[in-house]
Amino acid sequence: MTTPTQPTDPADMIHDEHDIKPSGLLRFITAGSVDDGKSTLIGRLLYDTGNVAADQLASIEATSQKRGLAEIDWSLLTDGLMAEREQGITIDVAYRYFSTAKRKFIIGDAPGHEQYTRNMVTAASSADLAILLVDARKGVITQTRRHAYLAHLLGISELVLAVNKMDLVDWQASVYQAIVDEFNGFISQLGRHHVQAFPLSALTGANLASRATDISWYDGPSLLEHLEYIPARRDTDLAPVRLPVQRVVRVMLGNAASGANDEEFRGYQGTLASGHLHLGDEVAVLPSGQQARVTGISIGERALQQANEDQAIVVALDRDIDVSRGDMLVAPAQPAQVVRTLTADICWLSEQPMQARGKYLIKHTTRTVNALFDELLYRVDVNTLAQQAAPETAAMNDILRVRLKLQQPLLIDAYTDNRTTGSFIVIDPVTLNTVAAGVIVE
Amino acid sequence: MNLQANDACNPSQIPADHLDLLEAEALFIVREVIAECRQPVVLFSGGKDSAVLLHLVYKAFHPERIGIPLLHIDTGHNYDEVISYRDRMAERYGCRLHVRRVEDSMQRGTVRLRHALESRNAHQSVTLMEAIGELGFDACLGGARRDEEKARAKERIVSVRDEFGQWQPKHQRPELWSLYNTRVAPGDHIRVFPMSNWTELDVWQYIAREAIELPELYFAHQREVVRRGDILIPVTFLTPAKPDDKVETVSCRFRTVGDISCTAPVASTAATVAEIIVETAQCLLTERGATRMDDRTSDAAMELRKKEGYF
Repeated sequence: MTTPTQPTDPADMIHDEHDIKPSGLLRFITAGSVDDGKSTLIGRLLYDTGNVAADQLASIEATSQKRGLAEIDWSLLTDGLMAEREQGITIDVAYRYFSTAKRKFIIGDAPGHEQYTRNMVTAASSADLAILLVDARKGVITQTRRHAYLAHLLGISELVLAVNKMDLVDWQASVYQAIVDEFNGFISQLGRHHVQAFPLSALTGANLASRATDISWYDGPSLLEHLEYIPARRDTDLAPVRLPVQRVVRVMLGNAASGANDEEFRGYQGTLASGHLHLGDEVAVLPSGQQARVTGISIGERALQQANEDQAIVVALDRDIDVSRGDMLVAPAQPAQVVRTLTADICWLSEQPMQARGKYLIKHTTRTVNALFDELLYRVDVNTLAQQAAPETAAMNDILRVRLKLQQPLLIDAYTDNRTTGSFIVIDPVTLNTVAAGVIVE
Repeated sequence: MNLQANDACNPSQIPADHLDLLEAEALFIVREVIAECRQPVVLFSGGKDSAVLLHLVYKAFHPERIGIPLLHIDTGHNYDEVISYRDRMAERYGCRLHVRRVEDSMQRGTVRLRHALESRNAHQSVTLMEAIGELGFDACLGGARRDEEKARAKERIVSVRDEFGQWQPKHQRPELWSLYNTRVAPGDHIRVFPMSNWTELDVWQYIAREAIELPELYFAHQREVVRRGDILIPVTFLTPAKPDDKVETVSCRFRTVGDISCTAPVASTAATVAEIIVETAQCLLTERGATRMDDRTSDAAMELRKKEGYF
């Protein structure tokens, strides 16, 4: 019998390749069906971390008893949706919150069913990590591969393979190892990911919030420990500066905030999508390419020497150049590409199919442009990953590789390099609904 | 890995660096709205969530002053302290404050009460829609959070409302990355919730960090109440004591300060933001594994996550 893969001990983990302090917030998604024990896993995780209120607990206990269950049905905690089901409301992504002494967590919970691809793509877009649930009795199934592929497509490089219901296979190491091997074999074909596998039982809580002590062959961390220590982001020290301009601020004619300097001032508001921006840095403004030097960075009343990724800042420049919403401040040596055509993978989200050669709006960072689906290259079968050439249209849940023509330029990076400057949504100009989401290939 | 109660009861040990990320997310959302919408407004009631929202809007505009108005739907049943706080804040931030009254809707006949003392809370939405129509707002920024109740866990950050102001869960737009679709047809509007991902504890931690002023009612004070089961009913002109009620004076605070007719205080001695944080964090912990509530559990814990502040 082979020795099962041991997850890294958290204490070692923060000292290895990514030597950064775990961020105070981790966003993750859980992928799997109710049958895999997904609701039980979430419910149990909330309960074991003390995030279930007494009144909620009393209510699910009563319901469990009423149904004649011997134990508490943890899935009742997250399935607040029975009324919704009765009303025939579409079940889609729900967000749940819990925290421990180490970190705050946001779970994007995308229930399965028919609209799975659309839901999972939506939840995955903002996630740092994906937990893929596998039933130890069933092993890696088509659905597991589909979830792994979608997580990969949406750029989630931290994957957790949660091999659940280990108690039902008597905690056999060989069963666990076979599943882990098969999964690793599959995922390595897609690209580089960091996969951590856990044998666990969501029902009993073994290895979920606390280490399973009675499994002789496993002495790694619990799933929760992993979630508490894993870095939320890959080290982005080397990523070039990208600041999509959200809004131009002008202090004039007495409109200064109370306490703020009321001299005339012009600045640019935005959230730093990547890189570090320092006072004195030279930046280029795209699409014009004009350059200027950073003379001020602030958040509210607080002046900063340096801004980091994700900070929502105000930047002042040393000379008056034409900058407006939708422009982007970038590192001059490594600018984003200015393009009028692009290739992307899209997921069609709308019940209304794509209109062949139809005109749509693309919202990318803070810029919205007119666009045309110029060419549909292929559709991906999310179950087999086979490519079907030249589809004529796109229907809900379809994943397609497309070529887009843009009426005005966009300022892009590949999604694999930057999730903010590499993603966009597609808006139907008539219904104004969001009908598709895209990740930029080139 | 079980949490020890002591870990979280010392405020310095409650992790707080997530507040930077929550703040940055909210500033981004507010800036998208003020950049893309024609006529946005901040829904400001004087409650703690709207106080945090107003502070975020201030930071989003800075160094400009807040360039959009505030709107309060007044049920006529608010505590005086809250109303004067509301007016003081509007003045401090230099904001135009619109107040629209449920009583005016009653006079117009668009709000009809079953009896004079009925809670007007549920009727605010009528007056709100009338105000939106009258003043032409296309986006209302609100302080609601997803953790408040189960159904809200699915509401979008940018939520499209039809001309009746209804949220239609069936027709929600997918929301991906931080790409918010703020476009609406004429007559429709969006409600935008920049604090969707905040919890009650986050709100209190942020209030502490940013030293945000709140109405006094949020802090422990002596008040005449009547006990009905687990709930303390404040003795007010709307909720007077009945002849055989036993009126007590207790130390209590409000967790929400909505309409008088439906807001109850909780027994508490937490008189500072730091003490409230401890109490709020403690709720989470003492509930852990609690199959029964025992004497040591605070009343605030019992209240936690019930539909907050309502009978």
